[in-house]
Amino acid sequence: MKIKGKAWKFGNDVNTDEIIPARFLNTHDPKELGAHCMEDIDADFSKKVSKGDIIVGGKNFGCGSSREHAQISIKGAGVSCVIAQSFARIFYRNAINVGLSIFEIKDAQGISQDDYLEVDLDKGVVVDLSENKSYKAQPLPKFIQEIIKTGGLLKWVKKRKRG
Amino acid sequence: MAYTITEKILLAHTNKKSIAPGDFIYAKIDMALGNDITAPIAIKEFESTGTKNVFDRKKIALVPDHFTPAKDKKSADQAKILQRFAIKHRIENYFEVGEMGIEHALLPEKGLVGPGDLIIGADSHTCTYGALGAFSTGVGSTDLAAGFINGHVWLKVPETIKFVYHGKLGKWVSGKDLILHTIGDIGVDGALYKAMELTGEVIRSLCMDDRLAMCNMAIEAGGKSGIIEPDEITRRYIRGEGRRVKGEFYKSDKDAKYCEIREYDVKKIEPQVSAPHLPSNAGPVTKFKSIKIDQSVIGSCTNGRISDLRIAAKVLKGKKKDPRVRLIIIPATQKIYLQAIKEGLAEVFLKAGGVFSTPSCGPCLGGHLGILAKGERAIATTNRNFRGRMGHPDSEVYLSNPAVAAASAVKGRIAHPEEI
Repeated sequence: MKIKGKAWKFGNDVNTDEIIPARFLNTHDPKELGAHCMEDIDADFSKKVSKGDIIVGGKNFGCGSSREHAQISIKGAGVSCVIAQSFARIFYRNAINVGLSIFEIKDAQGISQDDYLEVDLDKGVVVDLSENKSYKAQPLPKFIQEIIKTGGLLKWVKKRKRG
Repeated sequence: MAYTITEKILLAHTNKKSIAPGDFIYAKIDMALGNDITAPIAIKEFESTGTKNVFDRKKIALVPDHFTPAKDKKSADQAKILQRFAIKHRIENYFEVGEMGIEHALLPEKGLVGPGDLIIGADSHTCTYGALGAFSTGVGSTDLAAGFINGHVWLKVPETIKFVYHGKLGKWVSGKDLILHTIGDIGVDGALYKAMELTGEVIRSLCMDDRLAMCNMAIEAGGKSGIIEPDEITRRYIRGEGRRVKGEFYKSDKDAKYCEIREYDVKKIEPQVSAPHLPSNAGPVTKFKSIKIDQSVIGSCTNGRISDLRIAAKVLKGKKKDPRVRLIIIPATQKIYLQAIKEGLAEVFLKAGGVFSTPSCGPCLGGHLGILAKGERAIATTNRNFRGRMGHPDSEVYLSNPAVAAASAVKGRIAHPEEI
């Protein structure tokens, strides 16, 4: 499947307190969490972002707490996937477990704010249509691909339990 | 084959004959932990699968500690989800307000985690229990839900970085200072995906509270876990105060493989302070002495234990906090709270003009009990100083040990305990 969207650039070490501040963690409603996505870095992010847009981070994206509210908030804001030079490990596993597409691209800093991107979700190929440049994500380990193909961790666990 | 302690514990929790860093394993869980923020999502997901029973009602811990006693109606609803689930599934380790403490202080204190265990928790600071010689790591709510179903977790076997601490600790220098210094050295992603094995004669002489504080902050360097080989101090701890923990005392093989070894001479390390907005902005306290503060927070899963309160009381005894400063002291558990009252520490804090509150994560993550206004600045014994962490996005948090936080409350600015 291919998706298209505008790039929203962020720096290194974007933490989960910035993705969704703890003051909003008294709920897990996707709409409510989506309305506050990235609020402490860019107060109007959730108003400016359009459905299908793509977050492009630097190194260590999603560091800090284990809150899955971060993934819920990103999805709730309408963001289709997250590209980063590297991901913090709990953010990475949470994204896989809940089915938020993420792509680790070492030279993602080449993508600029507002660039229009086309992402092949299956192949992990990102084409920067604004700059006519192509990027290839680090391939996901087979084990993780299996979880994603099954439709997330809980489906995988249920299947495994039966099998 | 030679293994690190981390590899040995992971191997013991699989059916495999051997493992190596990079392998994906599906490992057996000894304890699965959730709190009032993360467990409601896990419970919702668990129930959405139609599963009737949890894998083991004795191997689940539910601790409503973040926004409790409930700070608002929505938080009360979240905590209620935990309580209902705990009653329905007869979860043995559910702790209501009044028994509750901050999860990462409570579980070791209650003897629910021990050497050789494999623990997952839907809270990033679950890495704390590595101090007991366990493999322990933070996961998300979905991992927790999956754990509730069948008692297993998928893990990638991490590489290990070995940190060796030599020499003798200076006065007022604690485990917290060693870990802040280490994070300052390697950066907030310096141990990304890796196990941090803390060793050397300095670690061997550290008390359990300081070991817990160090492993607690492995996540702030991006680490998957922090771990300390169990020894006599561990043995005394797990058998002390009514605890009867049985554990496997694993040790790293002499020829175990490490991806990196880093050595520190602790003689050169002063009490540390980490400046906003990353824990890696660490430096000696003396560098920050001109920084005025509005609030001092002593508590959290990092430094809310009895030895932390004792050292804060030692600094504060007979002193008054600066009139402009709010001093907020939060014991991590009910037991610590009671002990602080018995030892007269509570009296020292109140006479110094401090607030001494019931256990809670409280202001650490900007929840309640001391939120910062726009432009305000706090020194805190907590673990994160991200932008907006303790309140307004334009407020600031400096991280330190309890003695520095106490001294700073008296001076009204960041201060070395020797100044008091």
